[in-house]
Amino acid sequence: MKKLFVPLTVLTALMFMYAPVMIANAPYEATMGLVQKIFYFHVPAWMAMFTAVFVCGIASALSLFRGTPAADRVAAAAGELTVLFGSIGLVTGPLWARKAWGVWWQWDARLTMALLLELIFIAYLLVRKYGGPGSDKLAAAMAIFGMANVPFVYVSVNIWRTIHPLTTVVPTLGDKMGPRALAAFWFSALSFMLLFVLLLTMRVQLDERRAELDRLYLEEEE
Amino acid sequence: MVMRRVLIAICSMVLLAAQVLAFQPSAGQGEFVRIDQLPPADQLRAAPLLIAAYAFVWAVLMFYLWSIWRRLGKVELDMRSLEQRTANRNRAR
Repeated sequence: MKKLFVPLTVLTALMFMYAPVMIANAPYEATMGLVQKIFYFHVPAWMAMFTAVFVCGIASALSLFRGTPAADRVAAAAGELTVLFGSIGLVTGPLWARKAWGVWWQWDARLTMALLLELIFIAYLLVRKYGGPGSDKLAAAMAIFGMANVPFVYVSVNIWRTIHPLTTVVPTLGDKMGPRALAAFWFSALSFMLLFVLLLTMRVQLDERRAELDRLYLEEEE
Repeated sequence: MVMRRVLIAICSMVLLAAQVLAFQPSAGQGEFVRIDQLPPADQLRAAPLLIAAYAFVWAVLMFYLWSIWRRLGKVELDMRSLEQRTANRNRAR
């Protein structure tokens, strides 16, 4: 991963610079017009958030049942990234909704569940930071429950009557909006996924250095 | 018998007319509407919202990168000062 880090960073930066060009070239949606273009980074941010939740949940399960310190470091890093990408989704969504729905926020099933998922992971970070001894185990359990919440958030728009667009929007994007819209969306989604991998690597490296520092302090005391 | 046929013909015409009227295009615009008379959601300009969303994404990502860089810098600083302390102690011995 260390050898790939620099080329991946350059590639991600280039993709993030080119993504707005592709989004600008994508066709306008008939009813929403320009504001629909928020979709091209709102949905990829949620995709990165859901990936972060799964990474955090699986790493937490490994840390809880096998006591692997490396898994705990990955869980902590993914927990932070969950909150980061979730905040992007929760801010860009209302900016789109203000124009599309006429309101900033609606307490419908999808929006409320997404907010709760974000709050679960903010609580996860707070428990890890201020929970005292043993809080990593409690936090790991919270991450597993947070992960179990993700499928419900995803299908909520299909189960309950909400004003949020359905999950069919992405699979039918190419048919309805054309190949340029489809290419812009997946290009943006790939950029966000690469960014997630890079940030996760950097954040895990930070915790590894902290663990190394703790080990050196212990050695010095002895 | 003739009366019955006439009634059927009239009913058929009325029913057909209803169908034809239902498929008529809506009336053309008879007057202009000023933009400030539109509903509030339609008056809202999309560009500031799109720019705000895009700027927020960049701002949050830059802030997070800066926070990792700062935390990593602090750990490296602690590590260097610890190494120096250990080296000084070894020299004193």
